[in-house]
Amino acid sequence: MIRVVLPEHLRRLAGVQGEVELAVSGPVTQSSVLEALEAAYPMLRGTIRDHATGKRRPLLRFFACQRDVSLDPPQAPLPEAVAAGQEPFLIIGAVAGG
Amino acid sequence: MSKVRVLVGTRKGAFILTADGSRQQWNVRGPFFGGWEVYHLKGSPVDPDRLYASQTSSWFGQIIQRSDDGGRTWFTPGGEKMPDPYGPPGGLSNRFIYDTSPETGKPLTTHQWYDGTQHPWEFKRVWHLEPSLTDPDTVYAGVEDAALFRTTDGGRTWHELAGLRGHGSGPQWAPGAGGMGLHTILIDPTDPRRLYVAISAAGAFRSDDGGQTWKPINRGLSSNFLPNPTAEVGHCVHRIAMHPARPGVLFMQKHWDVMRSDDAGEQWREISGNLPTDFGFPIEVHAHDPDTIYVVPIKSDSEHYPPDGRLCVYRSRTGGEEWEPLTSGLPQSHCYVNILRDAMAVDTLEECGVYFGTTGGQVYASTDGGNHWSAIVRDLPPVLSVEVQTLP
Repeated sequence: MIRVVLPEHLRRLAGVQGEVELAVSGPVTQSSVLEALEAAYPMLRGTIRDHATGKRRPLLRFFACQRDVSLDPPQAPLPEAVAAGQEPFLIIGAVAGG
Repeated sequence: MSKVRVLVGTRKGAFILTADGSRQQWNVRGPFFGGWEVYHLKGSPVDPDRLYASQTSSWFGQIIQRSDDGGRTWFTPGGEKMPDPYGPPGGLSNRFIYDTSPETGKPLTTHQWYDGTQHPWEFKRVWHLEPSLTDPDTVYAGVEDAALFRTTDGGRTWHELAGLRGHGSGPQWAPGAGGMGLHTILIDPTDPRRLYVAISAAGAFRSDDGGQTWKPINRGLSSNFLPNPTAEVGHCVHRIAMHPARPGVLFMQKHWDVMRSDDAGEQWREISGNLPTDFGFPIEVHAHDPDTIYVVPIKSDSEHYPPDGRLCVYRSRTGGEEWEPLTSGLPQSHCYVNILRDAMAVDTLEECGVYFGTTGGQVYASTDGGNHWSAIVRDLPPVLSVEVQTLP
């Protein structure tokens, strides 16, 4: 199972606590993980990827295995440790006041 | 005994205030959606326990929330967790995509940016939700960048009524300081096909065919910041109000100037009269007297606080021109709050209640048409919107 860590606001919106575990079929990429996440939690559609463009929202970043993978191609494989469920895929909100 | 429910949207969540008809003791619930901006929430006139809320965030975008039990529980319509994630897709809630289809849409054009250049149209958030007067599943949404959307399935899906955005003058529209939002939606109770909207800074528009086609209704407005002060579009209309018993009469708080139209917006005339300043944001009409209107004068367009630090609601009982200050119970020194355009409302009890929220987090109420005021809650986050429901 793929482990995903959501920011607090999205955990509350989805009604989950802690990490989310997802089954992902095929290659484990940003796209396939987010598609599985949005399929399981449809209320999250549009909150991570813009509805109109499908792109990552500008104030969010993706991390895996202590590396910023935000700018990697969405179809690029995520690290093996994420695919194996040993490390989580982290969705992080930008640190900004407000 | 009747009850009153006050729906308050703030910078950091929503709050629901309830009281019996005496309106003396208030129960405060919230925050709902804590940490999110709640631009607006409003109940259906035909099913008052059906509430809709616009929950928004620069980080996570636009969420539409719905309650079917008067705000006790909420859900994202169309976004419900599916029992089988690989089963049929759920709804498409929160999806506000401008309609550019050849069948019903309009091409996505540009609008004027602050520096006069053209800028692409980009969806940012829902500013205002206006439920239908007859169907709890139908709601209009005014959005930034300015456009009008509608759901007819209780918020599961939203479709743009593209005739407004695409009616031709879009490249002359421009954002105000808060963005280019469609913030006012009025439905004529005698003719549901007649709709009014207002956009900052584009002006007021009217549709007589249920939102398919629109015409600007800004004749009589004058805005000194425009190259042509009396241009057909480009005016920074802050708010329009209507009394349901007299829907052809409209009252407008413009960036500067308080205005009135007696012919459904065909022509406007200034009614600022003896106001100390005619800058402000909200305007509201008494529930039982169509000629009694309320504004909150603000010092200027750069100093968004009351003149002399004294918070005053001004009331006209003559449909404008002659105004009286209402100060009893309101702070009369060192008060530097603002009252935003969607943050004033009235109840329909026999003795009309008037309510407004401030950027300082207070919600003030008067149970006698404005003669006396008291804070029914204070120290909330900055208040973005106030709506009132009068319940049996």
